[in-house]
Amino acid sequence: MTALIQARGLRKFFGTTDALRGIDLDIQRGEVVAVMGPSGSGKSSLLHCLAGVLLPDSGTVSVGGTVITALSEARRSALRLKEFGFVFQFGQLLPDLTAVDNVTIPLLLGGMKRRQALTAARGWLDRLGLEVAADQLPGELSGGEAQRVAIARALVTQPSVLFADEPTGSLDSLAAENVLTAMLELVRKAGTTLVMITHDPRTAAYADREIIVRDGQLAATDRVGVK
Amino acid sequence: MCIVAVVDNSLTLLGLLSVEPSYGYDLKHTYDRFFGVRKPLAFGQVYASLARMTRDGQILSLADEAGGGPDRKKYEVTEVGRTRVSQWMFTPDIPSETLQSNLFAKTIIALLVDDNADRLLDVQRTEHLARMRELTREKQGADLMRVLLCDHALFHIEADLRWIDLTGARLTQLRNEIKLP
Ligand SMILES: Nc1ncnc2c1ncn2[C@@H]1O[C@H](COP(=O)(O)OP(=O)(O)OP(=O)(O)O)[C@@H](O)[C@H]1O
Ligand SMILES: [Mg+2]
Repeated sequence: MTALIQARGLRKFFGTTDALRGIDLDIQRGEVVAVMGPSGSGKSSLLHCLAGVLLPDSGTVSVGGTVITALSEARRSALRLKEFGFVFQFGQLLPDLTAVDNVTIPLLLGGMKRRQALTAARGWLDRLGLEVAADQLPGELSGGEAQRVAIARALVTQPSVLFADEPTGSLDSLAAENVLTAMLELVRKAGTTLVMITHDPRTAAYADREIIVRDGQLAATDRVGVK
Repeated sequence: MCIVAVVDNSLTLLGLLSVEPSYGYDLKHTYDRFFGVRKPLAFGQVYASLARMTRDGQILSLADEAGGGPDRKKYEVTEVGRTRVSQWMFTPDIPSETLQSNLFAKTIIALLVDDNADRLLDVQRTEHLARMRELTREKQGADLMRVLLCDHALFHIEADLRWIDLTGARLTQLRNEIKLP
């Protein structure tokens, strides 16, 4: 089976900083992968390259057979809107729009009619247990609720890949667990591939496997077998 | 009472011998410096381990020094011994809720013999995360009592993991501090 996401020889410099130093990575369709590693090791840079937000200085990324590193900026951004969802640690909801309006944004950008978008958005908020908060502003939501809204917005387009950078980083243990289980249930049901950066081992434990980034490279975790 | 759980004494001694050949007496003191702060090793234990390792072909004694008594023998690790140390270092310990002092010993030895301490910590991290995944799976659909028990185990294993991460971040500093005199 060919992997959904294939990265080969990824290198990325920021000035003289060697952020990614040759990364090869395969992620299968439907896989849930935790990306771990020390601060500054290159996790976000890797995620941004995989998602076509950032172009590597060398190496290729292909998603579903499309070499996204060879696409123009316009085509990459169209692909991101259609195929990818994004969740970050905080500060992602537009403060002047209600929860449900925030969730409709990617649909409206994709050309959907507002009425239809609102119905779809409410559906995803319901699935995340947020029916009552749908008409509130982000400032009126708890941290956990705001993260669910962000997840609903990321999933509303039914992306093939969800990219998350510390999605529960600002939540306490129980809120984090509730947000994660809700997200994982939806992701698993839809067969969405999830690539999730986390510092938190309990969050990583929800993944199928973890990859560890150190100094811009993937750590080898193969065991030395007893002969 | 000693709170440090089982350290594999013999393997740690073998690890120290793979840094450089040593007399039994010096070996005991090197051991105590790193691992015997709370509980120094008895000489009898050191000599019993040396005898066992010699029998198993993991070490051999170099020619006796002129005029030396029975403990004036210098021991050197063999290829068999080196392989054994390497296997020990890179085979992860079972994640448990107790202090991973064996892991501490492996990390120090890996640094002393200039082997890949990063990798051994990575191997252990993988093992810990695999156990955490099992416990997380077990929580799904379990009753609340079961969930609470799993949470307890998860937090303890996570504490080890945090130690592994922090130690990983401190390896360079640690490498400089433990240089043998
Ligand atoms: N836009 C940028 N401009 C300059 N340097 C950058 C930029 N983005 C990242 N870097 C540098 O690249 C390296 C990797 O950064 P990256 O953000 O990928 O790390 P990270 O693993 O996500 O860290 P954290 O866990 O702290 O988020 C760091 O040294 C960082 O300073
Ligand atoms: Mg980051």
